[in-house]
Amino acid sequence: MADTAIHNAHPSGFAHQFEDMEQQHEAGSLGMWVFLVTEIMFFGGLFACYAVYRALHLPAFELGSRLLDVRFGAANTAVLIASSLTMALAIHAAQTGKRKSVVMYYLVLTMILGAAFLGIKFTFEWRHDFVEHLVPGFGFEVRPEWGAVGQQVPMFFCFYFFMTGLHALHMIIGIGILTVLTVMASGGRFDEQYYAPLEVSGLYWHFVDIVWIFLFPLLYLIGGHYAMAGGH
Amino acid sequence: MTALTQSGISLLAAIQEGIPIRPPAASSIAEGVDRLHFFLTGLTLFFTALIFGIIFYFMVKYRRRSEDERPAETEDHLALELTWTLVPTLLTVVIFVWASSLYFRNSRPPSASMEIFVVGKQWMWHLQHPEGPREINELHVPMGVPVKLTMTSEDVIHDFYVPAFRVKKDVVPGRYTSLWFQATKTGIFHLFCAQYCGADHAEMIGWVYVMTPADYAAWLSGGVRNESMSQAGGRLFNQLGCVTCHVADGTGRGPALVGIYGKQETLRSGEIRVVDEALIRQAIVNPNSIILPNYPPIMPTFQGQINEEQVLQLIAYVKSLGPEERKLNAK
Amino acid sequence: MSSTVTDIQHGAPAESSRVHYLNANYGIKSWLLTTDHKRIALLYLGSITLMFFVGGAFAVLMRLHLIEPQGALVEPDTYNKLFTLHGVIMVFFFLVPSIPATLGNFLVPMMIGARDLAFPRLNLLSWYIYIVGAIFTLYAAISGGLDTGWTFYTPYSSSFSHTQVVPVALGVFITGFSSILTGLNFVVTIHKMRAPGLTWFRLPLFIWAMYATSIIFILGTPVIAITLFLLGLERLLHIGIFDPAIGGDPILFQHLFWFYSHPAVYIMILPGMGVMSELITCFSRKKIFGYSFVGFSSMAIAVISFLVWGHHMFVTGQSIYAGLIFSVLSFLVAIPSAIKVFNWTATLYKGSISYQAPMLYALGFIGLFTMGGLTGLFLASLATDVHLNGTYFIVAHFHYIMVGGAVMAYLGGIHFWWPKITGRLYPDGWARFAALVIFVGFNLTFFPQFMLGYLGMPRRYAVYPAEFQVLNVMSSAGASILGIGYLIPLIYLVWSMRYGPVAGPNPWGARGLEWETPSPPPTENFDEIPVITEEAYDYANPHPGVARG
Repeated sequence: MADTAIHNAHPSGFAHQFEDMEQQHEAGSLGMWVFLVTEIMFFGGLFACYAVYRALHLPAFELGSRLLDVRFGAANTAVLIASSLTMALAIHAAQTGKRKSVVMYYLVLTMILGAAFLGIKFTFEWRHDFVEHLVPGFGFEVRPEWGAVGQQVPMFFCFYFFMTGLHALHMIIGIGILTVLTVMASGGRFDEQYYAPLEVSGLYWHFVDIVWIFLFPLLYLIGGHYAMAGGH
Repeated sequence: MTALTQSGISLLAAIQEGIPIRPPAASSIAEGVDRLHFFLTGLTLFFTALIFGIIFYFMVKYRRRSEDERPAETEDHLALELTWTLVPTLLTVVIFVWASSLYFRNSRPPSASMEIFVVGKQWMWHLQHPEGPREINELHVPMGVPVKLTMTSEDVIHDFYVPAFRVKKDVVPGRYTSLWFQATKTGIFHLFCAQYCGADHAEMIGWVYVMTPADYAAWLSGGVRNESMSQAGGRLFNQLGCVTCHVADGTGRGPALVGIYGKQETLRSGEIRVVDEALIRQAIVNPNSIILPNYPPIMPTFQGQINEEQVLQLIAYVKSLGPEERKLNAK
Repeated sequence: MSSTVTDIQHGAPAESSRVHYLNANYGIKSWLLTTDHKRIALLYLGSITLMFFVGGAFAVLMRLHLIEPQGALVEPDTYNKLFTLHGVIMVFFFLVPSIPATLGNFLVPMMIGARDLAFPRLNLLSWYIYIVGAIFTLYAAISGGLDTGWTFYTPYSSSFSHTQVVPVALGVFITGFSSILTGLNFVVTIHKMRAPGLTWFRLPLFIWAMYATSIIFILGTPVIAITLFLLGLERLLHIGIFDPAIGGDPILFQHLFWFYSHPAVYIMILPGMGVMSELITCFSRKKIFGYSFVGFSSMAIAVISFLVWGHHMFVTGQSIYAGLIFSVLSFLVAIPSAIKVFNWTATLYKGSISYQAPMLYALGFIGLFTMGGLTGLFLASLATDVHLNGTYFIVAHFHYIMVGGAVMAYLGGIHFWWPKITGRLYPDGWARFAALVIFVGFNLTFFPQFMLGYLGMPRRYAVYPAEFQVLNVMSSAGASILGIGYLIPLIYLVWSMRYGPVAGPNPWGARGLEWETPSPPPTENFDEIPVITEEAYDYANPHPGVARG
């Protein structure tokens, strides 16, 4: 069985530790799923800490959450969901043998949406928080109007910046991966036989999207929003 | 090489004197703990000897006698597998039940305990008797009386360990932990810090002096006359301005604290908490985490303004407020 | 040294002309850019050995210091750094990678009939990640050191220590990714690349052990990564997430830390247990007794290991009920290990037993692991743990398992597969002598520590009360012997690479696909991927592999 597989002509991208493309494809998918499990445990540790501190300091967390701008959070959620759609369309295009320019189009669109997410986050949200002295470790100022729970509000913002920062780092890596894929697509590497790199990268991108779907309510939507006018 | 010779000499000397096997058993729980410990020691030695013995026996009996010797296959044996799965399981159940019930009993201080307050800080122990005496790295206690230690740290995690009493508990910043013991022998016993806490962790040691009740009473009343903990706390209560809001007749902006220790209170969040040392400490350092209904959340925090020993003195003062002191059952 | 049955499978051609993985290319680039799992295993072997001796040197200094109650060698500050770095290096840079990164990398593809792991370039990357992490840690060691203990407890590590907390935490964080990639590689390889006919229940138990270990790598390591990440941020930005002053909880750090670090100790022992199954079967010429029980017990250990972390925290002031739950689960996790010990012992029954060095290590493992494991019962028991926690009893317990267990299994495995890896035989007489020296030195070092702990001597003490001196001196004497014992294999193994007799494909008469290749194997492992038709450990069959193509 082994011999025939080796002597068949393989598509480009075949790695010779495998017996055939099917084994390679399965191994690649399983590998990405296993990697995503490690990512779940990585973010999971952060989420666990968040859960503990939120249970211990709910008023402070609610207050901190109200200081975030839910409009930007919601916009980012929409942007990310759209980017998952465009990513799926890119994979579909390769799977169904579309021209490489179609694949590239969707990949670039995904990258633009990812960059939009980062732009909103960094230039509108984070920069604003920095200016308002809401960044722990960088001149955080406890405001008197927060009352005595104010001492724990920095804890909320620690988690806000850790969690969204770690997420943003994963987005940046994702955009890097998409760049590589776009270059590969431009060289005509993908077709109906061989689209595994797109597929496993898609898994990664969707995972990063799903992490945001958890982050958004936990960070932006606790504390009965709209209860405190002019919070920022 | 000199290490080896030196150790050889020490070893011979020690064998002559007898190497100690047990620490002194000087508390009411020590014998019970030791009994379990020696049972487990016996179990360990038995099974180790059993396994090593069987291995040795098989090694000799079944040693290879010729190069092309090829033993017949032995079949798996489900009954044997189940036996050596279930027997250890049963053994562990027995040990678990024994150890847990012992631990349960050992963890709950009798309600009539004498209290001592401990603050650990790098690298010394501060111990306060409610009647006033303060000790550093030493603790005088009477024999035959249950003693409850309420402890916290000023800085990093320490651990209060008296091997002779078989008691140990971490001492953690930001919260109170407690342990209790009842000494059954007079004598002087080691006190160690058993949680690594920095440069002089190994120097954070001391002594527990167990005395007869008569000697203890004499010790307590002799020496420098310190104010009692509740007196010190009362002084602080005035100095820090607590008395401005916490007026005794309830007309102040804060609740009166008379008789509050040991009461169950419902917080604004709906949570029901018993007013114990931990809650009072929380109220002092993080007041608006425990808002009472009908009172505005305006109490300032005293964190950073007073140290842990002063917090304990304030707690002692609150506990002492009439009309009757409610005894808190052991937590 | 007696060589046993040498199976001559394929009529090995003259050694000097045969191309194999070691001589296929020469030059440093061919090693530093290799994707051959066997060469990567050797890269790891060299690095891990170096780290072992660095960590060991710290241990020797510690034991020399402790022969006198007031300390014989160094200042307390230095002692605190010695025990910390000994722990960090031995745990993260030796024990965790040891068998998986060396023997695992070398053998997993060969034992399952594959040409390489699923992701060879990730494999090389994992070694580079290990090296970067090690460099950070060694840099920190020589530029101020670390004095928090390998456990990094807060708030000491986050707010009080003046040593290189962030560089070491970063080094460990980085090296964690090396573990994750190795685990990921093994899981995918074992699932997807087994040779035809090689069903799960025909796999060597070493593979089961690697698989179970990989589960722990994958699920546990990311948690220590995020924990150290948080610690680093706390220390750099002074933000207090573990500081009670702003509502942080220093005990939360311990929960996070031990959530990984307890399963980590099973990362350190499971591969050794896998090696055991291979050694015991070969040197008694019998199939393993209770294959499914041994295989499933590895999986059970991997799963239950995630549920017991609280037993490191019984005296932190956690609730009695939490203590009860962690206690009962800690007892439960002991049962699969007991099952293994009984099955290995039963494998010897009516066997044909020979005593080469690998077998001596294996037999030593079984006894010492039994003792180390049983002393764990003292610690799972709440009532006795109160007295013993934080003392030398704990130190003795974990060294019995990790040194008496894991290191002996590692050495046994290195000796066993040495002919396959290098194509040379080592001198078995010296090897047996060294095994004996190590066994004696080990027991003399660590048995007195059980007694010291029970007597009440706390751990991590740079100075101690004089009444503890005799036992300390005994322990230090043992450590000198143990140190010498470890140097002996270093010498003769290196010697054998050049001067040892050439080895045939199967000098031990073992069973397993790796023994059906020449020693050393060719780069692609197999000319043709075999089709498997018989069960593992087919020792009753005098001519293995003849039925196959």
